[in-house]
Amino acid sequence: MKITQISVFLENRKGRLFDVCSLLGDNNINIRALTIAETESFGVLRIVVDNSDVAVKLLKDSGFVANLTDVVAVEVGDKPGGLASVLKVFADNDVNIEYMYGFVEKFSDKALLVFRFADTDLAQQILAKNDIKVVTEKEIEGL
Amino acid sequence: MIWKEQVECAGPADLKNLQSDYLRKLTAYIYDNCAVYKKKIDDAGVRPEDIKSIDDVKKLPFTTKVDMRDNYPYGLFSTAQSEVREIHVSSGTTGNPTLVGYTCDDVKLWSDVMARTLCCAGAEPGDTIQVAYGYGLFTGGLGFHYGAMEMGLRIIPTSAGQTARQLKIMQEFKPRIIACTPSYALYMAEEARDMGIDPARGNWKIGIFGAEPWSNSIRQEIEEIWNMLATDVYGLSEIIGPGVAQECHHKDGLHIFSDVFYPEIINPETGEEVAEGEDGELVITTLTKQAIPLIRYRTRDIVSINCEKCRCGRTSPRISKIKGRTDDMIVVRGINVFPSQIEHVLVGIKGTQPYYQIVVDRKAHKLDEVEVLVEVEEKIFSDEIKELKELQDKIKKEIESVLSIGVKVTLVEPKTIERSMGKSKRIIDKRTL
Amino acid sequence: MDIPYWNKEIETADRATIEKIQLERLGKTLSCALRSPFYKRMLGEAGISSGDGIKSLDDLRRIPFTTKDDLRKSFPKGLLSVDMQEVVRIHSSSGTTGIPTVIYFSMEDVKNWTDLVARCIFSTGATSKDVFQNMMTYGLFTGGLGLHYGAEAVGMTIIPIGGGNTKRQIKVMKDFHTTVLHITPSYLLHIHSRLGDVGISRDELTISKAFVGAEPHSENTRLKIEELLGIDAYNSYGLSELNGPGVAFECVYKKDMHVWEDAYIVEIIDPETGEVIEDGREGEVVLTNLIRHATPILRYRTRDLAFLHPEKCECGRTHRRMSRILGRTDDMLIINGVNVFPSQIEEKIMQIPEVGTNYQIYVDKKGSLDRLTVKVEIYPKLFMGEASQLDALKNKIKEELRSSIVINAVIELHEPGALPVSEGKAQRVVDQRSKL
Repeated sequence: MKITQISVFLENRKGRLFDVCSLLGDNNINIRALTIAETESFGVLRIVVDNSDVAVKLLKDSGFVANLTDVVAVEVGDKPGGLASVLKVFADNDVNIEYMYGFVEKFSDKALLVFRFADTDLAQQILAKNDIKVVTEKEIEGL
Repeated sequence: MIWKEQVECAGPADLKNLQSDYLRKLTAYIYDNCAVYKKKIDDAGVRPEDIKSIDDVKKLPFTTKVDMRDNYPYGLFSTAQSEVREIHVSSGTTGNPTLVGYTCDDVKLWSDVMARTLCCAGAEPGDTIQVAYGYGLFTGGLGFHYGAMEMGLRIIPTSAGQTARQLKIMQEFKPRIIACTPSYALYMAEEARDMGIDPARGNWKIGIFGAEPWSNSIRQEIEEIWNMLATDVYGLSEIIGPGVAQECHHKDGLHIFSDVFYPEIINPETGEEVAEGEDGELVITTLTKQAIPLIRYRTRDIVSINCEKCRCGRTSPRISKIKGRTDDMIVVRGINVFPSQIEHVLVGIKGTQPYYQIVVDRKAHKLDEVEVLVEVEEKIFSDEIKELKELQDKIKKEIESVLSIGVKVTLVEPKTIERSMGKSKRIIDKRTL
Repeated sequence: MDIPYWNKEIETADRATIEKIQLERLGKTLSCALRSPFYKRMLGEAGISSGDGIKSLDDLRRIPFTTKDDLRKSFPKGLLSVDMQEVVRIHSSSGTTGIPTVIYFSMEDVKNWTDLVARCIFSTGATSKDVFQNMMTYGLFTGGLGLHYGAEAVGMTIIPIGGGNTKRQIKVMKDFHTTVLHITPSYLLHIHSRLGDVGISRDELTISKAFVGAEPHSENTRLKIEELLGIDAYNSYGLSELNGPGVAFECVYKKDMHVWEDAYIVEIIDPETGEVIEDGREGEVVLTNLIRHATPILRYRTRDLAFLHPEKCECGRTHRRMSRILGRTDDMLIINGVNVFPSQIEEKIMQIPEVGTNYQIYVDKKGSLDRLTVKVEIYPKLFMGEASQLDALKNKIKEELRSSIVINAVIELHEPGALPVSEGKAQRVVDQRSKL
């Protein structure tokens, strides 16, 4: 099942990341997973939150450029080799990954991996076939 | 040495007769050969017969950049295209450049005024000149090349760039004269030091610097660093290229070759001539050009004029260094840039018209840098870094294709560019020129 | 067909007359060359001390070859044969900034060169009515100014635009009604592929001829150019050492290039043995310049491989035709008309500390243009873990190369150990472009 990730355009300026996070924090939005892809001159912040619709509106109203992207959240055991085993499944099945990032969940022995795939539908099929747990939007909210 | 003494040191009466004769012929010629000018002159209620002396030039209409733009490419020409020997361009205000052309005689004229320029700066027969202005469609490189050919000088046509090579050439061949932009001269000094060369012991003795505005304090810097005489050259492609005016070694104003380029200094608002010594807009009439002569061309450059005879012996009037512009054009690395050119490019990007700002800066002894800030709005934002980078590159490439200089494009967050009355301030020029 | 001749007498002179002219000019050239330090020594060692030392053209073979290395070693004035006072122009080879090759021209040398280029232009049928867009670089490189001088002499309308900025080139072609181009073949094909983007169709252009040169290309490429663009493409050969453009050019029959034998003595040699071989067989082109006195050059090994046609051309010219260039005897690369030695690239990138110990130069085609990719392994100790640092490194390498070899290379960063280990120089360069 796809979940929604918010992408935010940020200049490489001091304090921008703080501005985003404090805005979300002040409005009771919880960040589940986060990564920044940077180049020499700008960055794209990617976050998975517990309430994407509210969050993205909040960001836009505050003058940030933000959009929504479909990604897939996979849960694996939080132990060495957890990620590798999932990646092997993808490699064996020719599933291309555009980017990914991970988070360790508190109070649990699971790790959350967020993937953006070249072909999301194919990826989901492969995941289902291999009995790899995918986390739903609702479950993200409740984490 | 004065290249054309008869003209350059002519008495006022002789000069006036010559100019009057030229203007009569010019008016008849342009009226008969250029439909656009015929209409302009008719609309001004003037007939060619009304032009009897050079003073009557005031009766004729002005010509502006807009006229050149509106009649692109050949509408303002007075000869058939087959008579045009060479073509050059100048920056346009939007997508099209301004086109200028030369008949064989025009090239001879250009060679002549450039030879006058070189002599005025102090060049002597047997000298070697390093021409480090760009060769190509802009007139700098070839202009100096033709002048040097006319004078029989030894020419090293390095064109612009490849600084290490420029300096090696200076060391090996000891050219006495360097022709390039003043900012490049300062830039080369830095590189020279990096290469272990002491600029003060360099071989360039005379510099002919122009294509961009530069102050007397920059002149002092160049002269101290390079231990050379730094002179100012003025020109614009619409008139001929370099070779309109040049400083002699007294550095007390630039001699404008008024027998062929007739100057008027006007109040830009009213169009009336201002008193000698007062600041105003320089207006030039090309008295002898054939392919694309211009009547009362408004250069938008602000100068003052001095008509007294110079200590060097030349009687040609002297214009001051350029003090400013009446429009928003800036000069970057010797190339004219109109903010509207950049706007023109951005409008074509993804159907939006993003807010933008042009920031021009020059770090000490470096070259001018242009940064174009473009606000990212939703329509053009993508989650993929690759796409954003492609957008950045595309904008950069398009702008560079129109301006002919390299720029940096930075994507910025929305609302970070200062707005005033709904429009953003288009240019921030951080340089002290 | 009406054959245009710039100088009919010379161009159709019988062989005996041509050889007589050659011998006479060779004598003069030798006298001149003896005034230069380099040739005085070299000719002295070969037992030639005056212009009369050569009695027949066969005697030419007594003179040793001159190589690029000789020119480099003679920098700056080893080959100068006149007083500096007589020199009016100084030119240089393209691409090199290390130790350049310098060519001096006297006023008469420039006149002779101009006349030769005018002859080339005129032989293709171009006239003063044509509008000429000169897309080769202007400056120290002889390609731009050489054709400019010749075009002036023919009386064409010249657009001295130089290279680059494709969009502008196409727009200028349309707005200024260009009819003749001077351009590399790969760039011409590239222009064709960009017409759509720029929104200008071929019908809106008035081009009818192109002088193509500065890079070797096959007959098929020429035919493709002619077919796609609907123009006549004439092959042009020249090198700065021998003036620049104007050494050999195709006539209206386009059956390979006439070498102007009143201005050059051309020999084809076996690159291994140095023996002169007969017409019709492929070998290395060796040229002697008969019309330049400030910097005479004798038996210059061009490293270009070609053969001479024994048969006369239908146009009636008696100057032999040289085939298109079929290859090189050294490792020099020609990327979109610009000469580059792999050693130049190596020198530049090895100066950068973040570059590791292994690299590879990879050449292929992107569309019609040549693409040079420099793959480097990064040096692990200096990697800070930031994508922006890598970006900056790529830009730095790109800029260093661009300012020294004048080429926009694609830079690829690789992990240590990712590139094949090379034992010799040859493996450092992989050229995927098809053989000619």
